Amino acid sequence: MTRAATTSTAYGTAGRGARSRRRALLRWSPLAPATVLLLLFLAGPIGYCVYIAFTDLQLTGQESASFVGLDNFRHAFGDPAFRNAVVLTLVFTLVSSILGQNTLGLALAGLMERASKAVRVITGAVVITAWVLPEIVAGFLLYTFFERRGTLNAILDWLHLPSQNWLFTLPILAVSFANVWRGTAFSMLIYSAALSEIPREVTESAEVDGASGRQRLWHVTLPMIRRSIGTNLMLNTLQTLSVFGLIWAMTRGGPGNRSQTLPVFMYDQAFLKSLIGYGTAVALLLLVVGALFSVVYLRLLREEV
Amino acid sequence: MRRTAPMALLTAAVLAAGALTACGGGSDGDSNTLKVAFPKDTNNKVTVRDDYVEMVARAFEKANPGKKVKLIPIQASENDYYAKIQQMMRSPKTAPDLVYEDTFLINSDITAGLLRPLDPYIAKWADWKQFEPAAKAAARAQDGRTYGVPDGTDTRGLWFNRKIFKKAGLPQDWRPRTWDEVLAAARTIKRKVPGVIPLNVFTGKGAGEAAVMQGFEMLLYGTGRDQLYDPAAKKWVTGTKGFRDSLEFLRTVYGEKLGPDVSDALSPNIQTNVATELMPEEKLAIDLDGSWLGQQWQPKGGGKPWPEWPTTLGRAAFPTQTGAAPGRVSLAGGWTWSVPRQSQRPDLAWKLIETLQTQRNALEWCVRGAQIAVRKDVAADPAYLKSIPGIGFFTGLVKVSHYRPALPVYPKVSAAIGEAMEAVTTGDATPAKAAADYDAQLKSITDGQVVAKP
Repeated sequence: MTRAATTSTAYGTAGRGARSRRRALLRWSPLAPATVLLLLFLAGPIGYCVYIAFTDLQLTGQESASFVGLDNFRHAFGDPAFRNAVVLTLVFTLVSSILGQNTLGLALAGLMERASKAVRVITGAVVITAWVLPEIVAGFLLYTFFERRGTLNAILDWLHLPSQNWLFTLPILAVSFANVWRGTAFSMLIYSAALSEIPREVTESAEVDGASGRQRLWHVTLPMIRRSIGTNLMLNTLQTLSVFGLIWAMTRGGPGNRSQTLPVFMYDQAFLKSLIGYGTAVALLLLVVGALFSVVYLRLLREEV
Repeated sequence: MRRTAPMALLTAAVLAAGALTACGGGSDGDSNTLKVAFPKDTNNKVTVRDDYVEMVARAFEKANPGKKVKLIPIQASENDYYAKIQQMMRSPKTAPDLVYEDTFLINSDITAGLLRPLDPYIAKWADWKQFEPAAKAAARAQDGRTYGVPDGTDTRGLWFNRKIFKKAGLPQDWRPRTWDEVLAAARTIKRKVPGVIPLNVFTGKGAGEAAVMQGFEMLLYGTGRDQLYDPAAKKWVTGTKGFRDSLEFLRTVYGEKLGPDVSDALSPNIQTNVATELMPEEKLAIDLDGSWLGQQWQPKGGGKPWPEWPTTLGRAAFPTQTGAAPGRVSLAGGWTWSVPRQSQRPDLAWKLIETLQTQRNALEWCVRGAQIAVRKDVAADPAYLKSIPGIGFFTGLVKVSHYRPALPVYPKVSAAIGEAMEAVTTGDATPAKAAADYDAQLKSITDGQVVAKP
């Protein structure tokens, strides 16, 4: 096409250009239904969501909603409960996703590399089972585990150790553990794949050069799976930011609001306090938090070693 | 060239529209089917309301050949039930034709335009004159129109276990006259009968409106006049001593470990827990709870049949703070049958309300559901008076009962009270701090319609 254009007159260029545009349109036409459906079902709700965030729509107590501009956002930043939710969300993400799932997943993958086949199969099956369980089932399981009269205390009693009541005293830690339990398998799978990609010669030659285990991990393994680490961190973080069912089933954000992360806060405001507009604004802010994390990870990924 | 693009878009739009109508249509076409939404107890064994509605529905189908009643029991905690029906009522596709509304929420839903006024029907209904005036007012909105037909009310008081009282050396016909006497009895039980929870007062966000009404407002309305809302000034009240004292009472109960373990008290399951475990297993000495509690222990449809409860349990009115007249305090609530604005079959729905509220069916519900009757002809029926032990006692409390402010913002005020209770119960805040937080929240909820009453 470019060659044709360079050899034609001005008139010809225009005619051919029009024809090629028509051809492009024709090629696109089979995709048109999909595009329209996407616009309708994906872009539509998102646009509606953004619109609602700028209104004072309520579930009950008021007949019509009106446009209130940035009021919902101003209210959020002045609301101590919202700030509390942001802090708890960051703690939850840091502890359960970045420290917990990510590190534990890497450790498990590393250990499984060396383990015998039987150990590998059994460990893999157990860890992945936790991941495959529906979120709400995992939530209730872990509720019965951590509950004051639950399994954990039965075990601690049997071992004559002091019992805990974390769902009440340290709920954010309890739900973080629950999320680690549930989500580690994902990291483990990603890291297992990444580790098996490292050529054996590289590690062997490092070994020959006298590098210790820790040096090999730090200078060889980690740099070589850096991209996987970035991808895994990003996926984990985004998923953890939006965890709702697990926390709702275990603590409902309580007691007080000691485990009220942003998604729980959002639900509470939108559906229990009937402030749909405000809840939606919080949802958009949650999106911003996710975007900030993503930007950081993307920068990490771009840097070359 | 420009013709293909619109063509493609049009085709796509037609396809999409086809897909959409395929998803949306169908379910609502039948004009002979009535959809009835009501709450189902979170304890699967409790089927009192389900059984009753089912019975009336079948009778209705028989009396109206060709009509069908589709029951939509919603099994959820109170707050989730409210959110669910509000969402259903917003769209004609999902709106039920008849919905069971808590009087606590009804004014808020009326203001939201979710319900339909029933005055044209009520005007032609002979039975309406049988209803107590207070019950008629329960679903009357600020516009003067009536949006629901109540099917019963409830009052609140103290239930106490006589066996535990005997062990503690407390009287079998206990009649506390002040808050201090209630607390003194609880302390005695804690000292003399270890292993038993002395006193349950619902608290926090988990129990929802139950905590606010059975717990907090039973205290607050006993501290003086207009401690929550001032009807003369039409303003909500801030900074009262009564509010702080009521929180202080809770702090005492949970701080001195006179109540259930705090983590249990704040769990959303505490109501079921009290009614089906702690009370019948005799692990709880005094319970500040509703008149309907007996329905849980009925031999049929109750969650936990308990034949001995009429002799084991005693009842006492809850006292005012210092014994000030009238010496007793109670709150009254109740539920109504209402027709959503989006219902496509309001006439038929009204017919079902009439069937639910024939004298016989109303009596049946009061007896089965341990309800306090709102119809004079039911209240006078011998079958009602001997339906369940203590019904006379709780009916007597109607005289001293207060109704919650019937205003659209009340549910939000209630949520704010729940948060204040939770903060005090966990020990996260002192009563003074929690009361101050509540005042600040109240100001924003009511757009500044508050008046300070130190």
